[in-house]
Amino acid sequence: MKGPTVKTMDKKAWEKKFRDSGLREADFSTISGRPLEPLYDWDDLADLNVKKELAYPGEYPYTRGVHPSMYRGKLWTMRQFAGMGTPQQTNQRYKFLLEKGQTGLSVAFDNPTLYGWDSDHALSIGEVGKTGVAVDTMEDMEILFDEIPLDKVSTSMTINAPASWIFAMFLANAEKRHIPFAKLRGTLQNDILKEYIAQKEWIFPPEPHLRLITDLMAFCADHVPQWNTISISGYHIREAGSTAAQELAFTLADGFAYVEYALRAGLDIDDFAPRLSFFFNAHLDFFEEIAKLRAARRIWARHMKERYKAKNPRSWLCRFHVQTAGCSLTAQQPEINIVRTALEALAGVLGGCQSLHTNSMDEALALPSEKAVEIALRTQQVIAFESGAANVIDPLGGSYFVEKLTNELEEEAERYFRKIEELGGVVPAIEKGFFQREITRAAYEYQMALSRKRKISVGVNEFVNEDEKLEIPLLEIDESVEKDQIRRLGEVRRRRDNGAVRAKLGALEKAAAGTANLTPFLLDCARVYATLGEISAALISVFGEYQEQPFF
Amino acid sequence: MADKKIKIIIAKPGLDGHDRGAKVVARALVEAGMEVVYLGLRQTPESIVNAALEEDADVVGLSILSGAHMTHFKRVKELMDKNGLGDRLLTGGGIIPTKDQDKLKELGVGKVFGPGDDLQAIVDYIRTWRGSGGA
Repeated sequence: MKGPTVKTMDKKAWEKKFRDSGLREADFSTISGRPLEPLYDWDDLADLNVKKELAYPGEYPYTRGVHPSMYRGKLWTMRQFAGMGTPQQTNQRYKFLLEKGQTGLSVAFDNPTLYGWDSDHALSIGEVGKTGVAVDTMEDMEILFDEIPLDKVSTSMTINAPASWIFAMFLANAEKRHIPFAKLRGTLQNDILKEYIAQKEWIFPPEPHLRLITDLMAFCADHVPQWNTISISGYHIREAGSTAAQELAFTLADGFAYVEYALRAGLDIDDFAPRLSFFFNAHLDFFEEIAKLRAARRIWARHMKERYKAKNPRSWLCRFHVQTAGCSLTAQQPEINIVRTALEALAGVLGGCQSLHTNSMDEALALPSEKAVEIALRTQQVIAFESGAANVIDPLGGSYFVEKLTNELEEEAERYFRKIEELGGVVPAIEKGFFQREITRAAYEYQMALSRKRKISVGVNEFVNEDEKLEIPLLEIDESVEKDQIRRLGEVRRRRDNGAVRAKLGALEKAAAGTANLTPFLLDCARVYATLGEISAALISVFGEYQEQPFF
Repeated sequence: MADKKIKIIIAKPGLDGHDRGAKVVARALVEAGMEVVYLGLRQTPESIVNAALEEDADVVGLSILSGAHMTHFKRVKELMDKNGLGDRLLTGGGIIPTKDQDKLKELGVGKVFGPGDDLQAIVDYIRTWRGSGGA
């Protein structure tokens, strides 16, 4: 990229004036610690091949967006992650959100469900319905989605280790309601690699989990064609404390690992790759986040086309959901979180996201209240309909700074890919604790930067309101939720055909010991109301459980 | 006893996988000259108190962001008292509403920290507790 006036302008003179003008004592690096120049100009982009690196929206390598029309064609989906208490309570929240103009659903499950345990498991005590909704059997799915048109509203489910059998319950419920699988639209997070790296909710060792994921990809390619079978997630990696570049690199490396695993299992890349989707964090450092999202599209497209030889352009697309950074929210003066979230959401939009979740201001204190959730959703609506941010595609494309940052993040990600390769790939790198250590180190460095006030968190380590009184209402989950859920689970166990349950679980176990696609067997278990924990137990008896070596 | 390094068990009870805070605090305490035994994820109250007994720990720190803090703190405190660790400090952190912090205090739990609290404040709190005649 050449500036026409480059020869006639005197950069040296400006540099001198800049240095002589007296500079603030402050840390000018990004939140990830990336050093920044005070100014970027055409010199930074002298080598940029616009046609090759940027092209047009909807054109390879998609730096400027995955669709030719982007938000002029269709706004991003406003999808608020929600779930708490019993399936009935969550069903009410979904209806509330749809009524307020939300355009897609996103299910938050409670911790026992995320681990594949029933609500009456000994270790579920105190956790049922706390950070999401409890789902033990297909009956809970029936209640959760009661009166919600699953063929019209798309549904995202944030679940990983037991994703395949939660999805089986979802499918079995659709079947019972006579909704054809082909009409179902949505996303299953189903990203186990980042669980080992960051979120820590696994059941088995990596290998059987990867098999289950591949089985589901194959099943959905044939039967549930509109479903995104995996949402390869950087969000949790970032929340665990990684830098922006680590989030980008580790997430895409996970994506490549899934691709390679599916290829080894004999799947055709263009059969499954179009249904791969991504999930990124939008943190506070505005420009770095936008650059990260732009870089993600370019890197993914390049690797898919050039390295994995995908032919279908849909296989090259890095389509992603964005969530604002939960870890950036403060318990102090929580109202300020509305502003933080708005900035982060704007970065997500300028980065070209396909769907967006905005956090609620009270999430450093509790699960969000209805009031807080409404403000969070309204924040997206202000960006979409008032700010003008959706009028022009990739409005920061061509910015010296943003293009330079995009390039830098891509280079840094490529360096990480080489490092991961040297370690033998993603799974060996997990087993060696590589990602976990990198993230823990970055988290510690950031915390120290806050401690030393090199980085500022408003209301926390600077501009503190000493005699603050909390004035926002908080949501509380009643202890009766756990009792209710356990009681209903007991009733299902009594009511169902237990002979059929035993037979289907036995068949699943047998299939797990062989090589068949497990999805139809999981579906059979769900249909007869086998519980989440029973299915987990059947699979654990074949696959075993995974243990992590604790370190810090 | 005042010369002995302060020994701390840090654990994630229950099913909560958010271990960023626990790890950052563990590291800060080590850098402050304390001895930290990090038990990791999915600990039960029993496994935590057993470790505290085995290690003869001065302090037990629980990290809970899952909302299950009342259940876990209460159970760990009961087991500590029952096993002769009533004079040791039970503290921790996470997403814990102020109202619950007060309830935990009534149960005999020490100060619990939250997002944004300074690492140094945690170090100072433990040192002050020890200095004021804690175990």
